[in-house]
Amino acid sequence: MQIYVNDETRDITSDMLGVALDELGYGKTRIATAVDGTFVPASLRADHRLHEGARLEILAPMQGG
Amino acid sequence: MKFYGKSLSSPLMLGTAQYDSPAILSASVEAAQPGLVTVSLRRESAGLQAGQAFWSLVRDMGVPVLPNTAGCHGVREAVTTAQMAREVFDTDWVKLEVIGQGDLLQPDVFGLVEAARILTEDGFKVFPYTTEDLVVAERLLRAGCEVLMPWGAPIGSGRGLNNLFGLRALRAHFPEVPMVVDAGIGKPSHAVAAFELGYDAILINTAVAKAGDPVAMARAFRLACEVGQLAHLSDPIDERDMAVPSTPTLGRAMLDA
Repeated sequence: MQIYVNDETRDITSDMLGVALDELGYGKTRIATAVDGTFVPASLRADHRLHEGARLEILAPMQGG
Repeated sequence: MKFYGKSLSSPLMLGTAQYDSPAILSASVEAAQPGLVTVSLRRESAGLQAGQAFWSLVRDMGVPVLPNTAGCHGVREAVTTAQMAREVFDTDWVKLEVIGQGDLLQPDVFGLVEAARILTEDGFKVFPYTTEDLVVAERLLRAGCEVLMPWGAPIGSGRGLNNLFGLRALRAHFPEVPMVVDAGIGKPSHAVAAFELGYDAILINTAVAKAGDPVAMARAFRLACEVGQLAHLSDPIDERDMAVPSTPTLGRAMLDA
């Protein structure tokens, strides 16, 4: 299945967000996720089903003012 | 001064962006001894994992963090970013930015009030980046904000306190509300002026990060906060138009011929 991860096209085998994040290499890193512009808390990732063409945003700590 | 019931060790809030290296950032934080540092969220690459390295650096500083919603131009975007920041940084404090005008990075005060209401109802402790407008301030307080963060001048401009009258009026109108001058402060003298006006804290970033010697400037701002607070507590004299002799005139010798 093809989705967009931070605007880049990626192929994933699992359509469940929790598994897909492992597959994409994020493992247990400190990140937050949103799918199609809606926040998906870490506690709900395992049960969140992705659809073909879903837009997944993966954000992490960064410098800020 | 307490912000949402919590005292900070210093009234200096320091941004973590734009430093030439992580080492300079760390040294600047050590020199500034800020009460908190501001942080943000950006897209993470699974390969680079720059965010994880930055988080490790911040954690080692041992300073509370205030995540921001910098760069958000809409209510939904700001709210979602705040939700994501709460999870990543494990805090319900958020510096809420909803930008309405790109050239001046001026807050969209209508969107700001709306986003503030949504977030406070969701349990966030909102620090709204706003203008010095009294009506907007009133709406933000009604929306559940317990802190106000008016701009001194446009972000990164270093112009200082552009509207002294407006900042003084805002301070006078809401004497019990904790207030932070955010944005535009370029020099330690601007910081002193903010405290002399009665503001409780300042938030700076570019003024330190882009100084020729960021570490020395961080220390200068730490001292400026101390000077400004002490000056305010010492109750400065009122300005007046005409001169008043400071040396007593009583008993003055009459020596002219």
